[in-house]
Amino acid sequence: MTEAQQAVAAAGADAYARIVAVLIRITGDWTLAEDCAQEALASALEKWPADGVPDNPGGWLMTVARNRAIDVLRRASVERRKLQELATLAPNTSSDHEPDQAGDVVDDRLRLIFTCCHPALALEARVALTLRTIAGVPTADIARAFLVTESAMTRRLTRAKAKIADAGIPYRVPSGPALTERLPGVLAVLYLLFTQGYNPAGEPAFADEAIRLARLLVRLMPEQPEAAALLALFLFQHSRRDARRDDRGNLLTLDKQDRSRWDHAAIVEGVSLLARAASGPYALQARIAAHHATAHDSAATDWPAIARLYDTLARRQPSPVIELNRAVAHGYAHGPTAGLRLLAAARVGGALDDYPPAVAVEADLTAREGDTDRAAALFRQAAAAAHSEPERRALLERADELRGEES
Amino acid sequence: MKYMMFVCVDPEPDTDPAPEPDIEAWVAENDAAGRRLQGDVLSPASSATTIRVRNGELLVSDGPFTETKEWIAGYDLLECADLDEAIEVARAHPMARGGRIELRAFRDH
Repeated sequence: MTEAQQAVAAAGADAYARIVAVLIRITGDWTLAEDCAQEALASALEKWPADGVPDNPGGWLMTVARNRAIDVLRRASVERRKLQELATLAPNTSSDHEPDQAGDVVDDRLRLIFTCCHPALALEARVALTLRTIAGVPTADIARAFLVTESAMTRRLTRAKAKIADAGIPYRVPSGPALTERLPGVLAVLYLLFTQGYNPAGEPAFADEAIRLARLLVRLMPEQPEAAALLALFLFQHSRRDARRDDRGNLLTLDKQDRSRWDHAAIVEGVSLLARAASGPYALQARIAAHHATAHDSAATDWPAIARLYDTLARRQPSPVIELNRAVAHGYAHGPTAGLRLLAAARVGGALDDYPPAVAVEADLTAREGDTDRAAALFRQAAAAAHSEPERRALLERADELRGEES
Repeated sequence: MKYMMFVCVDPEPDTDPAPEPDIEAWVAENDAAGRRLQGDVLSPASSATTIRVRNGELLVSDGPFTETKEWIAGYDLLECADLDEAIEVARAHPMARGGRIELRAFRDH
């Protein structure tokens, strides 16, 4: 990338959501807002290499996008009020990293997030719309991550935007008790976005986007402890991104990772964020992640504390996957037999039948209990059902190691 | 915006023992606020009559067009600022717990 291209990418990452959000508020036209923001970026790529990077790159982009919107609307002869508001819009999107001033511009991005994550939209549509509109991710990339064709994803996005207009979904941040009801939905979309980026077969850029949006949310809503807890959770998990694979790209479990390759700055930031987190579900998950992230080595992990946090989490937010993780924690804290007992309870009613990691957990606990034959067979069974190739290879390796121990 | 609020029965009503909100109070409050323009209760879906015209021929049949367990029991016509306000009105209706409510905006709002 040339210097000018880097400047465009950086300015775009910082200003894109603001530009789209402001243009949507004034014009009410989602497609127009996105098109104008994209065209401003294209124009920057064309002009900056020759003319040099402007002093206020974000402001430059905002001005170009706004002028483009005015052109389009003039041709469509839209009401004078909208045009006037656009014409008087100050290009006050700074590209540096100073804290945002409170006011309309910041509120617009928050409004956009809450509209994209409205519960009257299907969950998949919320995630796709957030990626497309706020993060500016190309439709083709979103389609690939969700395993659908680009035209199918385009239809999904178009349908979601039509629903927003037809059903009268407001462009507003809810207040009072409504905010408490709606914030978990927004956080859930960001969580899904992060998972989509962090899982081994996922789109790594989505994890970065999720972190960027979580940061934005924490900055815009500093009084919401669960937003800070979610960002902390992301930072702890993401801190291992460079250490979780070996040279051949195989996934490494926590105990085998080189902890000097963890991103310690991210861990420190996560720990400081947790200081203001209360005891919501994300705070509990982040505290669990913090125990792993701050343990000097695998043996120093405070498993009894983690097991207690999972006990609380399972009570607060019962789910088969949390019960599975709780079984793992108890397996380390109180021995494999305790873990297997909780795993059996979590599986009652076939709850984890379609979840391959449950077999991998059973294999690990069985191995530590000493039944290596059965454990090796379970690892192979888990490998056959694994969702991604790196996971499959890691599980087969565990099976082979067990055979090595026998001979 | 105008919303048609379909009040429907649901095979799985709320099991919360807390008393349901009072329908008279709901009507009075939303009428006074200008959010409810009109509304009524319909006779049961089993008494419905379906009418079709095909190739110029009138076809009249008994019962609803499709068998469903979530049939419409009544309706209210709402005037609300946006979907969020309509949701707040709908959630306070007793049938949000005893059944389910479907909100549809008028197309030319």
